[in-house]
Amino acid sequence: MSQLRRTPLYDLNKAHGGRMVDFAGWEMPVQFTSIIEEHKAVRSVAGLFDASHMGEVTVAGKDAEAFLDYVLTNRVTGMEKGRVLYSLMCYETGGVVDDLLVYKRDVGDYLLCLNASNKEKGVQWLTEHVGDFEVEARDVSDDYALIALQGPKAFDILRHISDADFRSLRYYHFTEGTIGSSPCLISRTGYTGELGVELFLKPDYAEEVAEEILREGEGTGLVLAGLGARDSLRLEAGYSLYGHEISETISPVQANLMWTVKLKKTSDFIGKAAIESEKSQGPAKRIVFFRTGGRRIARQGTAVFNGDEQVGEVVSGTFSPMLSEAIGSALVNAECVQAELSVELGRKREPVSIVKPPFIELNPQA
Amino acid sequence: MNTPSDLKYTKDHEWLKLLDNDEAIVGITDFAQQSLGDITFVELPEEGDTIDQGATFGVVESVKAASDLFMPIDVEVLEANSELEDAPEKVNQSPYEEGWIIKVKVLNPSQLDELMDSPAYQELAKD
Repeated sequence: MSQLRRTPLYDLNKAHGGRMVDFAGWEMPVQFTSIIEEHKAVRSVAGLFDASHMGEVTVAGKDAEAFLDYVLTNRVTGMEKGRVLYSLMCYETGGVVDDLLVYKRDVGDYLLCLNASNKEKGVQWLTEHVGDFEVEARDVSDDYALIALQGPKAFDILRHISDADFRSLRYYHFTEGTIGSSPCLISRTGYTGELGVELFLKPDYAEEVAEEILREGEGTGLVLAGLGARDSLRLEAGYSLYGHEISETISPVQANLMWTVKLKKTSDFIGKAAIESEKSQGPAKRIVFFRTGGRRIARQGTAVFNGDEQVGEVVSGTFSPMLSEAIGSALVNAECVQAELSVELGRKREPVSIVKPPFIELNPQA
Repeated sequence: MNTPSDLKYTKDHEWLKLLDNDEAIVGITDFAQQSLGDITFVELPEEGDTIDQGATFGVVESVKAASDLFMPIDVEVLEANSELEDAPEKVNQSPYEEGWIIKVKVLNPSQLDELMDSPAYQELAKD
Protein backbone atom coordinates (compact mmCIF):
# COMPACT_ATOMS: atom_id res chain seq x y z
CA MET A 1 0.00 0.00 0.00
CA SER A 2 1.52 3.26 -1.08
CA GLN A 3 1.42 6.40 1.03
CA LEU A 4 -2.00 8.05 1.13
CA ARG A 5 -2.15 11.57 -0.23
CA ARG A 6 -3.31 14.46 1.93
CA THR A 7 -5.29 17.53 0.88
CA PRO A 8 -4.41 21.09 1.98
CA LEU A 9 -7.24 20.77 4.52
CA TYR A 10 -5.86 17.61 6.12
CA ASP A 11 -4.78 19.36 9.33
CA LEU A 12 -8.07 21.23 9.61
CA ASN A 13 -10.05 18.02 9.03
CA LYS A 14 -8.05 16.23 11.72
CA ALA A 15 -8.26 19.13 14.16
CA HIS A 16 -12.06 19.11 13.85
CA GLY A 17 -12.30 15.42 14.67
CA GLY A 18 -12.52 14.09 11.11
CA ARG A 19 -12.48 10.28 11.00
CA MET A 20 -10.00 9.71 8.21
CA VAL A 21 -10.29 6.90 5.65
CA ASP A 22 -8.62 5.90 2.42
CA PHE A 23 -10.67 7.22 -0.48
CA ALA A 24 -9.16 6.74 -3.96
CA GLY A 25 -5.68 6.96 -2.44
CA TRP A 26 -6.47 10.07 -0.40
CA GLU A 27 -6.75 10.34 3.36
CA MET A 28 -10.21 11.93 3.62
CA PRO A 29 -12.73 12.53 6.43
CA VAL A 30 -15.70 10.16 6.17
CA GLN A 31 -17.45 11.94 9.04
CA PHE A 32 -16.82 14.49 11.78
CA THR A 33 -19.63 13.90 14.28
CA SER A 34 -22.33 11.81 12.59
CA ILE A 35 -23.17 11.19 8.93
CA ILE A 36 -26.87 11.66 9.66
CA GLU A 37 -26.39 14.89 11.61
CA GLU A 38 -24.05 16.31 8.96
CA HIS A 39 -26.53 15.35 6.24
CA LYS A 40 -29.42 17.07 8.04
CA ALA A 41 -27.31 20.17 8.69
CA VAL A 42 -26.61 20.50 4.95
CA ARG A 43 -30.34 20.26 4.18
CA SER A 44 -31.33 22.79 6.87
CA VAL A 45 -28.34 25.17 7.18
CA ALA A 46 -25.07 24.42 5.39
CA GLY A 47 -22.08 22.11 5.34
CA LEU A 48 -18.49 22.67 4.31
CA PHE A 49 -16.85 19.82 2.39
CA ASP A 50 -13.23 19.28 1.48
CA ALA A 51 -13.32 18.11 -2.15
CA SER A 52 -9.66 18.85 -2.85
CA HIS A 53 -9.06 15.25 -3.86
CA MET A 54 -10.95 15.90 -7.12
CA GLY A 55 -8.84 16.22 -10.26
CA GLU A 56 -8.48 19.39 -12.35
CA VAL A 57 -7.35 19.44 -15.96
CA THR A 58 -6.98 22.45 -18.25
CA VAL A 59 -7.80 22.02 -21.90
CA ALA A 60 -6.53 24.97 -23.93
CA GLY A 61 -5.76 25.80 -27.53
CA LYS A 62 -7.30 26.80 -30.82
CA ASP A 63 -9.15 23.49 -31.17
CA ALA A 64 -10.28 23.16 -27.55
CA GLU A 65 -14.00 23.24 -28.44
CA ALA A 66 -13.66 20.75 -31.28
CA PHE A 67 -11.52 18.47 -29.13
CA LEU A 68 -13.93 18.52 -26.19
CA ASP A 69 -16.88 17.93 -28.50
CA TYR A 70 -15.01 14.86 -29.77
CA VAL A 71 -14.09 13.34 -26.38
CA LEU A 72 -17.21 14.39 -24.45
CA THR A 73 -20.86 13.45 -24.98
CA ASN A 74 -22.36 16.86 -24.16
CA ARG A 75 -22.09 19.93 -26.42
CA VAL A 76 -19.24 22.32 -25.64
CA THR A 77 -19.36 24.41 -28.81
CA GLY A 78 -21.72 27.29 -28.19
CA MET A 79 -21.18 27.34 -24.41
CA GLU A 80 -21.07 30.84 -22.98
CA LYS A 81 -18.04 32.02 -21.06
CA GLY A 82 -18.74 31.60 -17.34
CA ARG A 83 -20.91 28.55 -17.83
CA VAL A 84 -20.49 25.10 -16.32
CA LEU A 85 -21.49 21.94 -18.15
CA TYR A 86 -21.96 18.40 -16.83
CA SER A 87 -20.79 15.78 -19.31
CA LEU A 88 -19.73 12.19 -19.65
CA MET A 89 -16.55 11.03 -21.34
CA CYS A 90 -17.18 7.66 -22.98
CA TYR A 91 -15.32 4.73 -24.47
CA GLU A 92 -16.05 3.56 -28.02
CA THR A 93 -18.25 0.90 -26.38
CA GLY A 94 -20.48 3.54 -24.81
CA GLY A 95 -19.19 2.72 -21.32
CA VAL A 96 -18.08 5.68 -19.24
CA VAL A 97 -14.46 6.82 -18.68
CA ASP A 98 -15.58 9.48 -16.22
CA ASP A 99 -18.28 12.05 -15.55
CA LEU A 100 -17.03 15.59 -15.17
CA LEU A 101 -17.74 19.30 -15.09
CA VAL A 102 -16.50 21.63 -17.83
CA TYR A 103 -15.84 25.29 -16.96
CA LYS A 104 -15.55 27.68 -19.88
CA ARG A 105 -13.08 30.33 -18.77
CA ASP A 106 -12.65 31.79 -22.24
CA VAL A 107 -12.74 30.83 -25.88
CA GLY A 108 -10.22 28.01 -26.20
CA ASP A 109 -9.67 27.85 -22.43
CA TYR A 110 -11.46 25.24 -20.29
CA LEU A 111 -11.08 23.77 -16.85
CA LEU A 112 -12.33 20.20 -16.28
CA CYS A 113 -13.10 18.73 -12.87
CA LEU A 114 -12.75 14.93 -12.71
CA ASN A 115 -13.44 12.30 -10.08
CA ALA A 116 -10.44 11.61 -7.84
CA SER A 117 -10.73 7.89 -8.51
CA ASN A 118 -10.62 8.45 -12.29
CA LYS A 119 -8.13 11.26 -12.53
CA GLU A 120 -5.08 9.37 -13.86
CA LYS A 121 -7.23 7.38 -16.28
CA GLY A 122 -9.05 10.51 -17.43
CA VAL A 123 -5.91 12.55 -18.00
CA GLN A 124 -4.40 9.68 -19.96
CA TRP A 125 -7.57 9.29 -22.03
CA LEU A 126 -7.62 13.01 -22.84
CA THR A 127 -3.94 13.21 -23.82
CA GLU A 128 -4.15 10.00 -25.88
CA HIS A 129 -6.89 11.51 -28.03
CA VAL A 130 -5.32 14.90 -28.71
CA GLY A 131 -4.04 13.59 -32.05
CA ASP A 132 -4.17 16.37 -34.63
CA PHE A 133 -6.21 18.74 -32.50
CA GLU A 134 -4.33 21.91 -31.66
CA VAL A 135 -4.89 21.65 -27.95
CA GLU A 136 -3.06 20.88 -24.75
CA ALA A 137 -4.58 18.90 -21.89
CA ARG A 138 -2.69 19.42 -18.66
CA ASP A 139 -3.18 17.93 -15.21
CA VAL A 140 -3.27 20.91 -12.82
CA SER A 141 -4.76 19.08 -9.83
CA ASP A 142 -1.91 20.13 -7.55
CA ASP A 143 -2.65 23.81 -8.27
CA TYR A 144 -6.13 23.64 -6.75
CA ALA A 145 -7.89 23.02 -3.50
CA LEU A 146 -11.65 22.56 -3.76
CA ILE A 147 -14.06 23.56 -1.00
CA ALA A 148 -17.80 23.01 -1.34
CA LEU A 149 -20.23 25.01 0.77
CA GLN A 150 -23.71 23.53 0.38
CA GLY A 151 -27.01 24.31 2.03
CA PRO A 152 -29.84 26.87 2.13
CA LYS A 153 -27.74 29.29 4.23
CA ALA A 154 -24.59 29.01 2.09
CA PHE A 155 -24.97 32.42 0.46
CA ASP A 156 -25.99 34.14 3.71
CA ILE A 157 -22.76 32.90 5.22
CA LEU A 158 -20.54 33.88 2.29
CA ARG A 159 -22.15 37.26 1.59
CA HIS A 160 -20.15 39.10 4.24
CA ILE A 161 -16.79 37.64 3.31
CA SER A 162 -17.00 37.75 -0.48
CA ASP A 163 -17.13 40.38 -3.20
CA ALA A 164 -19.24 38.09 -5.42
CA ASP A 165 -22.87 38.92 -6.18
CA PHE A 166 -24.56 35.65 -5.31
CA ARG A 167 -28.00 36.88 -6.34
CA SER A 168 -26.91 37.22 -9.96
CA LEU A 169 -24.85 34.02 -9.99
CA ARG A 170 -27.10 31.49 -11.64
CA TYR A 171 -27.08 27.70 -11.28
CA TYR A 172 -24.30 26.08 -13.34
CA HIS A 173 -22.51 29.41 -13.79
CA PHE A 174 -19.30 30.58 -12.18
CA THR A 175 -17.49 33.81 -11.49
CA GLU A 176 -14.05 34.90 -10.39
CA GLY A 177 -14.10 36.61 -7.01
CA THR A 178 -12.72 36.58 -3.52
CA ILE A 179 -13.77 34.57 -0.51
CA GLY A 180 -12.16 36.01 2.57
CA SER A 181 -8.51 36.57 1.78
CA SER A 182 -8.33 34.43 -1.35
CA PRO A 183 -9.11 34.78 -5.02
CA CYS A 184 -11.42 31.93 -6.04
CA LEU A 185 -13.25 30.49 -8.95
CA ILE A 186 -16.75 30.50 -7.44
CA SER A 187 -19.01 27.94 -9.09
CA ARG A 188 -22.71 27.61 -8.41
CA THR A 189 -22.70 23.85 -8.52
CA GLY A 190 -22.69 21.01 -6.05
CA TYR A 191 -23.44 17.39 -5.35
CA THR A 192 -26.18 17.72 -2.76
CA GLY A 193 -29.23 19.24 -4.48
CA GLU A 194 -28.99 22.27 -2.21
CA LEU A 195 -28.13 25.88 -2.86
CA GLY A 196 -24.38 26.35 -2.70
CA VAL A 197 -21.04 26.80 -4.33
CA GLU A 198 -17.86 24.96 -5.09
CA LEU A 199 -14.73 27.05 -4.64
CA PHE A 200 -11.54 26.39 -6.57
CA LEU A 201 -8.59 28.12 -4.97
CA LYS A 202 -4.85 27.92 -4.46
CA PRO A 203 -3.89 25.23 -1.96
CA ASP A 204 -1.96 27.74 0.17
CA TYR A 205 -5.17 29.67 0.87
CA ALA A 206 -7.42 26.69 1.51
CA GLU A 207 -7.06 26.37 5.26
CA GLU A 208 -7.44 30.10 5.86
CA VAL A 209 -10.55 30.33 3.67
CA ALA A 210 -12.13 27.28 5.31
CA GLU A 211 -11.47 28.82 8.76
CA GLU A 212 -12.96 32.12 7.61
CA ILE A 213 -16.11 30.41 6.36
CA LEU A 214 -16.43 28.38 9.56
CA ARG A 215 -15.97 31.53 11.66
CA GLU A 216 -18.58 33.39 9.62
CA GLY A 217 -20.98 30.47 9.99
CA GLU A 218 -20.51 30.19 13.74
CA GLY A 219 -23.87 30.09 15.51
CA THR A 220 -25.82 29.35 12.32
CA GLY A 221 -25.54 25.57 12.51
CA LEU A 222 -22.91 25.33 9.75
CA VAL A 223 -20.99 22.05 10.04
CA LEU A 224 -17.98 20.40 8.53
CA ALA A 225 -19.30 17.46 6.51
CA GLY A 226 -17.48 14.34 5.35
CA LEU A 227 -17.65 11.89 2.49
CA GLY A 228 -20.34 9.84 4.24
CA ALA A 229 -22.82 12.72 4.13
CA ARG A 230 -21.64 13.63 0.62
CA ASP A 231 -22.72 10.16 -0.53
CA SER A 232 -26.09 10.06 1.24
CA LEU A 233 -26.87 13.60 0.02
CA ARG A 234 -26.09 12.79 -3.60
CA LEU A 235 -28.11 9.57 -3.54
CA GLU A 236 -31.12 11.31 -1.96
CA ALA A 237 -30.82 13.90 -4.76
CA GLY A 238 -30.65 11.09 -7.34
CA TYR A 239 -27.23 12.01 -8.71
CA SER A 240 -25.07 9.33 -10.32
CA LEU A 241 -21.73 8.32 -8.85
CA TYR A 242 -19.02 6.74 -10.96
CA GLY A 243 -18.50 3.09 -10.08
CA HIS A 244 -22.15 2.82 -9.05
CA GLU A 245 -24.80 4.19 -11.47
CA ILE A 246 -22.23 4.71 -14.25
CA SER A 247 -19.08 2.76 -15.00
CA GLU A 248 -16.96 1.25 -17.74
CA THR A 249 -19.87 -1.10 -18.44
CA ILE A 250 -22.90 0.98 -17.42
CA SER A 251 -23.66 3.33 -20.30
CA PRO A 252 -25.56 6.63 -20.32
CA VAL A 253 -28.50 4.87 -22.00
CA GLN A 254 -28.71 2.46 -19.06
CA ALA A 255 -28.10 5.20 -16.50
CA ASN A 256 -30.88 7.51 -17.82
CA LEU A 257 -28.25 10.14 -18.60
CA MET A 258 -29.14 10.70 -22.24
CA TRP A 259 -29.74 14.39 -21.45
CA THR A 260 -25.94 14.67 -21.26
CA VAL A 261 -25.44 12.98 -24.64
CA LYS A 262 -25.98 15.15 -27.70
CA LEU A 263 -26.42 12.68 -30.54
CA LYS A 264 -27.39 15.55 -32.82
CA LYS A 265 -24.25 17.62 -32.37
CA THR A 266 -22.48 18.20 -35.68
CA SER A 267 -19.20 16.51 -34.83
CA ASP A 268 -18.71 12.82 -34.22
CA PHE A 269 -17.72 11.88 -30.68
CA ILE A 270 -16.20 8.86 -29.02
CA GLY A 271 -18.90 6.32 -28.14
CA LYS A 272 -21.55 7.86 -30.39
CA ALA A 273 -22.11 4.81 -32.62
CA ALA A 274 -22.44 2.42 -29.69
CA ILE A 275 -24.74 4.73 -27.75
CA GLU A 276 -26.94 5.37 -30.80
CA SER A 277 -27.27 1.67 -31.45
CA GLU A 278 -28.02 0.84 -27.82
CA LYS A 279 -30.61 3.60 -27.71
CA SER A 280 -32.40 2.41 -30.83
CA GLN A 281 -32.39 -1.26 -29.81
CA GLY A 282 -33.26 -0.44 -26.22
CA PRO A 283 -30.78 -1.17 -23.42
CA ALA A 284 -30.59 -4.66 -21.90
CA LYS A 285 -30.35 -3.18 -18.41
CA ARG A 286 -31.43 -0.01 -16.69
CA ILE A 287 -30.67 1.88 -13.53
CA VAL A 288 -33.66 2.32 -11.21
CA PHE A 289 -33.96 4.07 -7.86
CA PHE A 290 -35.91 2.47 -5.04
CA ARG A 291 -37.28 2.93 -1.55
CA THR A 292 -37.30 -0.06 0.79
CA GLY A 293 -40.01 1.06 3.18
CA GLY A 294 -37.76 -0.08 6.04
CA ARG A 295 -34.58 0.90 7.82
CA ARG A 296 -32.34 -1.89 6.61
CA ILE A 297 -29.90 -0.83 3.88
CA ALA A 298 -29.69 -2.91 0.69
CA ARG A 299 -26.00 -2.44 0.01
CA GLN A 300 -24.05 -2.49 -3.24
CA GLY A 301 -24.06 -6.03 -4.64
CA THR A 302 -27.35 -7.07 -3.01
CA ALA A 303 -29.41 -9.28 -5.33
CA VAL A 304 -32.62 -7.87 -6.83
CA PHE A 305 -35.48 -10.26 -7.66
CA ASN A 306 -38.57 -10.26 -9.83
CA GLY A 307 -40.52 -13.11 -8.28
CA ASP A 308 -37.97 -15.90 -7.89
CA GLU A 309 -35.72 -14.76 -10.67
CA GLN A 310 -32.69 -12.62 -9.97
CA VAL A 311 -32.91 -9.69 -12.37
CA GLY A 312 -30.17 -7.40 -11.17
CA GLU A 313 -28.22 -6.03 -8.27
CA VAL A 314 -28.04 -2.98 -6.07
CA VAL A 315 -25.39 -0.45 -7.13
CA SER A 316 -25.88 2.12 -4.33
CA GLY A 317 -27.57 1.80 -0.97
CA THR A 318 -27.80 4.12 1.97
CA PHE A 319 -30.04 5.39 4.73
CA SER A 320 -31.97 8.52 3.84
CA PRO A 321 -31.87 10.76 6.92
CA MET A 322 -34.71 12.90 5.56
CA LEU A 323 -37.05 9.93 4.92
CA SER A 324 -35.72 7.79 7.82
CA GLU A 325 -35.73 4.95 5.34
CA ALA A 326 -33.20 2.91 3.41
CA ILE A 327 -32.98 3.95 -0.25
CA GLY A 328 -30.87 2.87 -3.18
CA SER A 329 -30.35 2.30 -6.86
CA ALA A 330 -30.00 -0.91 -8.82
CA LEU A 331 -29.04 -2.12 -12.28
CA VAL A 332 -31.85 -4.42 -13.46
CA ASN A 333 -32.97 -6.13 -16.65
CA ALA A 334 -34.73 -3.46 -18.67
CA GLU A 335 -37.98 -5.39 -18.99
CA CYS A 336 -38.31 -5.38 -15.19
CA VAL A 337 -38.29 -1.67 -14.48
CA GLN A 338 -42.08 -1.67 -13.99
CA ALA A 339 -42.16 -5.01 -12.14
CA GLU A 340 -42.69 -5.65 -8.44
CA LEU A 341 -39.09 -6.05 -7.38
CA SER A 342 -37.63 -7.25 -4.10
CA VAL A 343 -34.18 -7.31 -2.54
CA GLU A 344 -32.51 -9.93 -0.41
CA LEU A 345 -31.97 -8.56 3.08
CA GLY A 346 -30.51 -11.03 5.54
CA ARG A 347 -32.65 -14.15 5.25
CA LYS A 348 -35.66 -12.30 3.89
CA ARG A 349 -36.81 -10.85 0.59
CA GLU A 350 -38.20 -7.39 1.06
CA PRO A 351 -40.28 -5.63 -1.61
CA VAL A 352 -38.98 -2.30 -2.87
CA SER A 353 -40.84 0.47 -4.64
CA ILE A 354 -39.30 2.03 -7.71
CA VAL A 355 -39.32 5.82 -7.60
CA LYS A 356 -38.27 8.62 -9.87
CA PRO A 357 -35.48 10.57 -8.19
CA PRO A 358 -34.93 12.87 -6.40
CA PHE A 359 -36.17 11.09 -3.28
CA ILE A 360 -37.02 14.39 -1.60
CA GLU A 361 -38.00 17.82 -2.80
CA LEU A 362 -34.79 19.66 -3.61
CA ASN A 363 -34.11 23.35 -3.51
CA PRO A 364 -35.76 24.66 -6.71
CA GLN A 365 -32.86 27.03 -7.28
CA ALA A 366 -30.21 24.34 -6.98
CA MET B 1 -13.89 5.19 26.03
CA ASN B 2 -16.54 4.26 28.55
CA THR B 3 -16.36 0.67 29.93
CA PRO B 4 -18.39 0.30 33.15
CA SER B 5 -16.66 -1.88 35.71
CA ASP B 6 -19.74 -3.95 36.59
CA LEU B 7 -19.96 -5.45 33.07
CA LYS B 8 -18.26 -8.37 31.30
CA TYR B 9 -16.88 -7.98 27.78
CA THR B 10 -16.02 -10.01 24.67
CA LYS B 11 -13.36 -9.55 22.01
CA ASP B 12 -16.23 -8.93 19.55
CA HIS B 13 -17.20 -5.81 21.53
CA GLU B 14 -20.35 -7.08 23.21
CA TRP B 15 -21.01 -6.49 26.89
CA LEU B 16 -22.99 -8.61 29.34
CA LYS B 17 -24.49 -7.50 32.62
CA LEU B 18 -25.39 -10.23 35.07
CA LEU B 19 -28.70 -9.75 36.91
CA ASP B 20 -30.30 -11.94 39.56
CA ASN B 21 -31.66 -15.47 38.89
CA ASP B 22 -29.10 -16.29 36.17
CA GLU B 23 -30.50 -13.56 33.95
CA ALA B 24 -28.40 -11.08 32.02
CA ILE B 25 -28.64 -8.29 29.46
CA VAL B 26 -26.39 -7.98 26.44
CA GLY B 27 -25.46 -5.05 24.25
CA ILE B 28 -22.56 -3.60 22.26
CA THR B 29 -19.83 -1.46 23.77
CA ASP B 30 -19.27 2.26 23.52
CA PHE B 31 -16.20 1.48 21.40
CA ALA B 32 -18.32 -0.61 19.01
CA GLN B 33 -21.04 2.01 18.57
CA GLN B 34 -18.42 4.69 17.95
CA SER B 35 -16.66 2.58 15.32
CA LEU B 36 -19.93 1.82 13.54
CA GLY B 37 -21.17 5.40 13.51
CA ASP B 38 -24.87 6.22 13.11
CA ILE B 39 -26.80 3.02 13.77
CA THR B 40 -29.85 2.78 11.51
CA PHE B 41 -31.10 -0.76 12.06
CA VAL B 42 -30.87 -3.55 14.63
CA GLU B 43 -32.04 -7.08 13.79
CA LEU B 44 -33.22 -8.81 16.95
CA PRO B 45 -33.75 -12.50 17.74
CA GLU B 46 -37.11 -13.96 18.76
CA GLU B 47 -38.02 -14.56 22.39
CA GLY B 48 -37.50 -18.19 23.32
CA ASP B 49 -34.64 -18.76 20.87
CA THR B 50 -31.68 -20.58 22.34
CA ILE B 51 -28.35 -19.31 21.12
CA ASP B 52 -24.96 -20.96 21.53
CA GLN B 53 -21.87 -19.19 22.70
CA GLY B 54 -20.18 -17.49 19.72
CA ALA B 55 -23.21 -17.81 17.43
CA THR B 56 -24.60 -14.74 15.70
CA PHE B 57 -27.84 -13.50 17.22
CA GLY B 58 -28.52 -10.41 15.17
CA VAL B 59 -27.10 -7.60 13.10
CA VAL B 60 -26.34 -4.00 13.85
CA GLU B 61 -26.25 -1.79 10.81
CA SER B 62 -24.91 1.71 10.44
CA VAL B 63 -24.89 4.00 7.42
CA LYS B 64 -21.40 2.70 6.68
CA ALA B 65 -21.49 -1.02 7.50
CA ALA B 66 -23.37 -4.04 8.79
CA SER B 67 -21.93 -5.95 11.72
CA ASP B 68 -22.97 -9.31 13.18
CA LEU B 69 -23.72 -9.66 16.87
CA PHE B 70 -22.07 -12.62 18.63
CA MET B 71 -23.49 -14.22 21.75
CA PRO B 72 -20.96 -14.19 24.60
CA ILE B 73 -22.31 -17.39 26.25
CA ASP B 74 -25.04 -20.06 25.81
CA VAL B 75 -28.41 -18.43 26.44
CA GLU B 76 -32.13 -18.49 25.96
CA VAL B 77 -33.62 -15.21 24.77
CA LEU B 78 -36.10 -13.76 27.27
CA GLU B 79 -36.74 -10.38 25.70
CA ALA B 80 -35.47 -8.22 22.87
CA ASN B 81 -35.34 -4.44 23.18
CA SER B 82 -38.16 -3.63 20.77
CA GLU B 83 -37.58 0.10 21.28
CA LEU B 84 -34.63 -0.29 18.94
CA GLU B 85 -36.88 -1.10 15.98
CA ASP B 86 -37.93 2.52 15.68
CA ALA B 87 -35.07 4.14 17.53
CA PRO B 88 -31.83 2.23 16.81
CA GLU B 89 -29.91 5.44 17.50
CA LYS B 90 -30.37 4.62 21.20
CA VAL B 91 -27.45 2.22 20.78
CA ASN B 92 -25.29 5.23 19.87
CA GLN B 93 -26.70 7.50 22.52
CA SER B 94 -26.75 5.07 25.42
CA PRO B 95 -24.96 1.79 24.62
CA TYR B 96 -25.03 0.49 28.22
CA GLU B 97 -28.51 1.65 29.30
CA GLU B 98 -31.32 2.46 26.87
CA GLY B 99 -29.43 0.86 23.99
CA TRP B 100 -29.35 -2.65 25.51
CA ILE B 101 -30.13 -5.29 22.91
CA ILE B 102 -31.45 -8.49 24.54
CA LYS B 103 -32.28 -9.92 27.93
CA VAL B 104 -31.31 -13.58 28.30
CA LYS B 105 -31.33 -16.59 30.60
CA VAL B 106 -27.78 -17.80 31.28
CA LEU B 107 -27.70 -21.54 30.51
CA ASN B 108 -24.11 -22.30 31.39
CA PRO B 109 -22.82 -19.95 34.13
CA SER B 110 -19.29 -21.36 34.05
CA GLN B 111 -18.81 -19.64 30.67
CA LEU B 112 -18.99 -16.28 32.41
CA ASP B 113 -15.41 -16.80 33.58
CA GLU B 114 -14.25 -16.70 29.97
CA LEU B 115 -15.35 -13.07 29.54
CA MET B 116 -13.14 -10.05 30.07
CA ASP B 117 -13.39 -7.50 32.82
CA SER B 118 -13.29 -3.78 32.14
CA PRO B 119 -9.46 -3.25 32.33
CA ALA B 120 -8.82 -6.27 30.05
CA TYR B 121 -11.33 -5.00 27.50
CA GLN B 122 -9.89 -1.48 27.65
CA GLU B 123 -6.54 -2.98 26.76
CA LEU B 124 -8.00 -4.93 23.82
CA ALA B 125 -10.00 -2.05 22.39
CA LYS B 126 -6.97 0.22 22.55
CA ASP B 127 -5.25 -1.58 19.65
